[in-house]
Amino acid sequence: MLKIKSLSLDILNGSGDISILKNIDLELENDKFYALTGPNGGGKTSLARVIMGIYKNTQGKLYLDDTDITDFNITERAKAGISYAFQNPPRFKGLKVRDLLKISSNGGHETAYARLRAVGLCPQDYLDRECDSSLSGGEIKRIELATVLSRPSKVVIYDEPEAGVDLWSFEKLLGLIKKYHSRGGVTSIVITHHEKVLTLADEIILMADGEIKERGSRDKIWNMLQGDFRCRWQQDCGGDEDELECY
Amino acid sequence: MNLNAIDSELLKTIADLHTIPTGAFNIRKDGRGVERKSTAHIQVKPKTDKPGIDIIVAPGTKNEAVHIPVLITLSGVTDVVYNTIEIGEGADVTVVAGCGIHNPGSEKSQHDGIHEIIVRKGARMKYVEKHYGEGEGTGERVLNPRTILIMEKDSSVEMELTQIKGVDSTVRDTKAKLAEGASLIIVERLLTHNRQKAESDMLIELEGERSSARIVSRSVAKDDSIQIFRPVVVAKAASKGHVECDSIIMDRGKISSSPAISAEHPDAQLTHEAAIGKIAEEQLIKLETLGLSEKEAEDVILRGFLQ
Ligand SMILES: Nc1ncnc2c1ncn2[C@@H]1O[C@H](COP(=O)(O)OP(=O)(O)OP(=O)(O)O)[C@@H](O)[C@H]1O
Ligand SMILES: [Mg+2]
Repeated sequence: MLKIKSLSLDILNGSGDISILKNIDLELENDKFYALTGPNGGGKTSLARVIMGIYKNTQGKLYLDDTDITDFNITERAKAGISYAFQNPPRFKGLKVRDLLKISSNGGHETAYARLRAVGLCPQDYLDRECDSSLSGGEIKRIELATVLSRPSKVVIYDEPEAGVDLWSFEKLLGLIKKYHSRGGVTSIVITHHEKVLTLADEIILMADGEIKERGSRDKIWNMLQGDFRCRWQQDCGGDEDELECY
Repeated sequence: MNLNAIDSELLKTIADLHTIPTGAFNIRKDGRGVERKSTAHIQVKPKTDKPGIDIIVAPGTKNEAVHIPVLITLSGVTDVVYNTIEIGEGADVTVVAGCGIHNPGSEKSQHDGIHEIIVRKGARMKYVEKHYGEGEGTGERVLNPRTILIMEKDSSVEMELTQIKGVDSTVRDTKAKLAEGASLIIVERLLTHNRQKAESDMLIELEGERSSARIVSRSVAKDDSIQIFRPVVVAKAASKGHVECDSIIMDRGKISSSPAISAEHPDAQLTHEAAIGKIAEEQLIKLETLGLSEKEAEDVILRGFLQ
């Protein structure tokens, strides 16, 4: 179980502190499959990065199975069983797919091979490829997923696993995420803008403006997304859908 | 020749040699040739006018290698050596050079290797050179390789020049002239640490039509070390050239990269790029999320980068 208490995140930029996450309280249970959704810039990735320890929260506490992990660094959190599949995975010059998977599976070559197959990439073709900019967007996302699925985890956050992945493969990858989840003892959190994922989740968490706006079933959240949250960007800027013109 | 433990370690590091090689070789230690062997197609013989050897690879020799490692295991040695390597027409061979210095004392130990390499018509050569320094002493370890490469028509050369670690001062000078259809790839990898200094000058002249050169330099400067790169490609004919310097800078290191291209023919096609930067933060973070410590993550990234 992952518990987040009164958590906030301020980031210092040129014009002073900006508040990215505001007073977040969240309890996420074992064996539950969550979808985290909401408008762009709502704070989903920031929350994931705080959970992973990449961003240090300004206030509040985090607990993993009653262990206070607030002061754990990234490595310690990884070892405690938290995993995060990046929204934009970094690329590495000189590092082979094989090397990266070996690190994530703690040295196991067998696992590397099997994980690559599982995400639909032929090991023969990809094990010796460099993880640099020569990989396509969808390929790097799949390898990212493979690195996370090679590890034993208690909490896994997938940041938009659908992004860049083709229609046919996405179904399969989602199946894989589900399968990993069903090993038991795992809390899965999928950050997504994809309706299909919302349908599969046990519970949906809606985030906007750095806050948790609502939690609940697909139907409940779906109605909110269709209502209040529809076209919110146009309203914020004082425009409407009719403003879109062809030039 | 009996190899002691230090010799064996050095040989393993600079030439991947675990025992005396089976093919042609010349082992030079502390300023003297200690053992050499020629084979049916590869002649290794000492020069008569100055220190060094001539290596003559017969035309058409295929799939053979010659090892010419240099070991320095004493303090206060200055070893200057002149080697001439001729790769005969149509041959296809690997030359493994390299120098390892184990300096146990407080005096400077230095090796200046001057290589003249001629690659005849249609021949191919892979040239691997590793430089490495170690030793408990405070004496400086200095390596100054000078290489002159002459490439005849349609020959091809791949050079891997690596400075692994422990070399306090190096000044490399590499010159190449390429005739029609010749193709050259140079990959230089360099790691410096402490107060080490490395300078590398290259002048690659594309003299013949359809000749091509690709120079890639990857380096890491740690601690207070200093690196200076000046690779220059000059195209004198309808030819292609590319120079690339990519460096990771750490701690208080200093790096200066000035790749240059110069065209003296309207059909020359030349490009260059240079980048110097820290290890990308996201790369460290990603590896840490897989359970590596910051130090382990850094090592993985540097090893990959220099591989
Ligand atoms: N390092 C930073 N410096 C300044 N602003 C930041 C930083 N990181 C995030 N933000 C801002 O915080 C807000 C939340 O960003 P975040 O990436 O968490 O959104 P998101 O919900 O994941 O959006 P998306 O759906 O587009 O991925 C955005 O307005 C973003 O611009
Ligand atoms: Mg995001």
